[in-house]
Amino acid sequence: MEFGPIWRSTLRNAFGPLLIALQIALTLAVIANAVFVIEQRLAKVNRPTGLDVDNIMTVVSRGFGDDFDIQGTVRRDLEALRAIDGVRAATFMQATPLSGSGWGTMLAASAEKDAPRVSLSQYFVDHSAVQALGLQLESGRDFTAEDVRYPQPFQPSGAYQVLLTRALLDALFPEGAGVGATVYNELGTPFYVVGVIEHMQGPWGADTSSWARGQFGHVMFRPFLLPNAETTYAVRAEPGRRDEVMAKVEETLTGSDARRVVKDLRPLAEVKAQNYATDQGMAVLLIAVAALMVAVTAVGIVGLASFNVRRRTKQIGTRRAVGARRRDIVRYFLVENWMVTSAGVVLGAALALGMNYWLATTFDLPRIGAWYVPAGMLALWLLGLLAVAGPARRAAAVSPAVATRTV
Amino acid sequence: MLAYYLRLATRSALGTPGLSALTVLTVGLGIGVFMAALTVFYLMASNPIPDKSDVLYAVRLDNWNPNKPIYADRPEQPPWEIGYRDAQALRASAIAPRRAAMHKVSLVIEPERDGLRPFETEARLTDGDFFAMFDVPFLYGSAWDRAADDAGSFQVVLARSANDRLFGGANSVGRTLLINGRTFTVTGVIDTWNPVPKFYDLNSGVFDTAEEFFVPFGVARELELTSSGNNNCWKAEAFDSYEGWLASECIWIQFWAELDTPEQVERYRAFLDDYVNEQKRLGRFGRPLNNRLEDVATWLDTRQVVRDDNKVLVVLAFLFLGVCLFNTVGLLLTKFDCKAPQVGLRRALGASRRAVFLQQLTEVGGVGAAGGLVGLGMSWLALRGIRATFHDFGGLTHLDWALVATAIACAVTVTVLAGLYPAWRVCRVPPATFLRLQ
Repeated sequence: MEFGPIWRSTLRNAFGPLLIALQIALTLAVIANAVFVIEQRLAKVNRPTGLDVDNIMTVVSRGFGDDFDIQGTVRRDLEALRAIDGVRAATFMQATPLSGSGWGTMLAASAEKDAPRVSLSQYFVDHSAVQALGLQLESGRDFTAEDVRYPQPFQPSGAYQVLLTRALLDALFPEGAGVGATVYNELGTPFYVVGVIEHMQGPWGADTSSWARGQFGHVMFRPFLLPNAETTYAVRAEPGRRDEVMAKVEETLTGSDARRVVKDLRPLAEVKAQNYATDQGMAVLLIAVAALMVAVTAVGIVGLASFNVRRRTKQIGTRRAVGARRRDIVRYFLVENWMVTSAGVVLGAALALGMNYWLATTFDLPRIGAWYVPAGMLALWLLGLLAVAGPARRAAAVSPAVATRTV
Repeated sequence: MLAYYLRLATRSALGTPGLSALTVLTVGLGIGVFMAALTVFYLMASNPIPDKSDVLYAVRLDNWNPNKPIYADRPEQPPWEIGYRDAQALRASAIAPRRAAMHKVSLVIEPERDGLRPFETEARLTDGDFFAMFDVPFLYGSAWDRAADDAGSFQVVLARSANDRLFGGANSVGRTLLINGRTFTVTGVIDTWNPVPKFYDLNSGVFDTAEEFFVPFGVARELELTSSGNNNCWKAEAFDSYEGWLASECIWIQFWAELDTPEQVERYRAFLDDYVNEQKRLGRFGRPLNNRLEDVATWLDTRQVVRDDNKVLVVLAFLFLGVCLFNTVGLLLTKFDCKAPQVGLRRALGASRRAVFLQQLTEVGGVGAAGGLVGLGMSWLALRGIRATFHDFGGLTHLDWALVATAIACAVTVTVLAGLYPAWRVCRVPPATFLRLQ
């Protein structure tokens, strides 16, 4: 192959190729790191929730006035919600799941004062919570209507039977425990585990602090109605009937004459998306910047190759006239471009690693996986070949007769 | 002369429309993305109250668990908020000419106007000094007075938007409003006021818009309201009443003091130290003395308001601009090479190198300006995209004149820089080379 002559001829007009090589290098550095970060963010967003996210909606009822009847309103609301055609189950909760807001607390495996404590979030729910959220019970029993308490403000709830997630139980009892275990809150009050939930994501999945990460799947359910004027309802529709049910939920709640405001009626999927908006948004922005960068670089390669084809029309004609075949001409441009791309890609690999080192040390991001840079190199090599294909084909179409004109 | 050069440039640019459009688009893309990233960054990093930034202080004390700092990732930091008992002690001090305790609170408003349903709002419960401290502009009336702070009088200050909805924009001072079932009197209406970032409460929604309803701090106790922001507790305490909750070690209050002179700052520091040490003798504050008095700029820095993500995005956008520029240089090289015969002709007819060089730069400058305009459009689109993607950027994404000017100046500068080498190369063309062929 004629690497030597092609290389030397490229060097004679090195400025354009140098620019393309630099573009390719920067593009590789950016896309390798961007893809890496995008993957991490999407993996974070798509971690299992344990909930039937697509069929659930949540809505908040906020009573007002001195004589607002919290208990009565909630009982009537739930009765009406459950009567809606297409509703599978409904529960009250003191906070909206997956929303980024919740009630954090601590539990220990023993009542001793200095027993190690585990962080978790708790939800105060009624007996249909497991059904209404689409959770899986791993063992034990669900709450029954008799378990549910309706305490007065600042009075003990009286609800000491609890459901815990498997992850929380394992954190409390590293040696293993299940239904029948007893756990203790900070005041030393015992709670009795009657059932174990396979998995449920807590409220702070999007939070990156070590406190939030440490309690990702740590959730406790307690069966009582928090005597608060504000209550969330989670309503689970039959599969595929969420939107239809949602309209009826709105009608049902706003139609009742209670002195309260109904707000934030939203699909749970939307609640979750909003909570993870930062991660999702970062992924989207990175995808956009990376795609634009690839496009601009491709345009640059096409531009340089077209320019070269035009400038060299006469040489191409001469080469064709003295016996070069069309594919020799195509090969010339492909090889030339491949050499430029290779120079860029090698420089880019170094830049990509350097950039990752900078990201890792400055922003505490993990180090890039081994295959991202090679995959990026391969992709840019392919991009280079694709981009140059058109101009090369045009070069091959140059007629040998061109050589005989004007000179 | 410039007019002639401009005419030449227009003709030349229109002579190769595809190439010119591509150059403008490349410059526009680069500038647009870079400007969008920079705008978000600039707004995040901006000082929301520059005139008073150095006399307003966020006050913090460390009443947290003696065995464990509140933030495991930042153990040196005391909590972002303080508790009710400590807030009351700080409010009683006369050292700071102005001070305001505050927290978010959820209120239900029952409008009297026909056709408006009762609605819930995230209001701010605070002291009357809030408005003077933070330079909040009043449209009508004024804040409530100190007596109302402590008595928890049923008085309310409305934002302009709320006044428009509830009272049709009229001067509503003295009129009444049903809030949580009680009759509140309007004492003032403030003009549109949205500090970005929302420095006085960074806990929920750093870029949220400001509240629309403000009520006196003492109202919480009157109506037994709890904060609808963060409430954090560490101590194992059982609350059997609202008063028990207020007396607990739980924290939910942001506290700000205005201290106008270094002397006041020193006295206030000494006061905080004395207060905490006295409380230590009473068995509270088990952690080492760690009081913080931070002015607005320091406070925003401490809270790391600028997200790492956005720093990364600015760097990426800059690299993208770099790629676009390399591309522009390539495109201009192509363009000027096409023009070499014409330039040769001009030179042969007597145009000096300098004149030819300036002609090329004029054209490049024009392309840059057009690229800047395209870039503005792009950054406007990008900012809309960003606002749609990040729901909490409500107050954060808008174009202002400074940005428009920067974008265009930036585009022209970088394009002219990118054009220097191609222009220099084309004016070194020996006139004879191209004359021969024609």
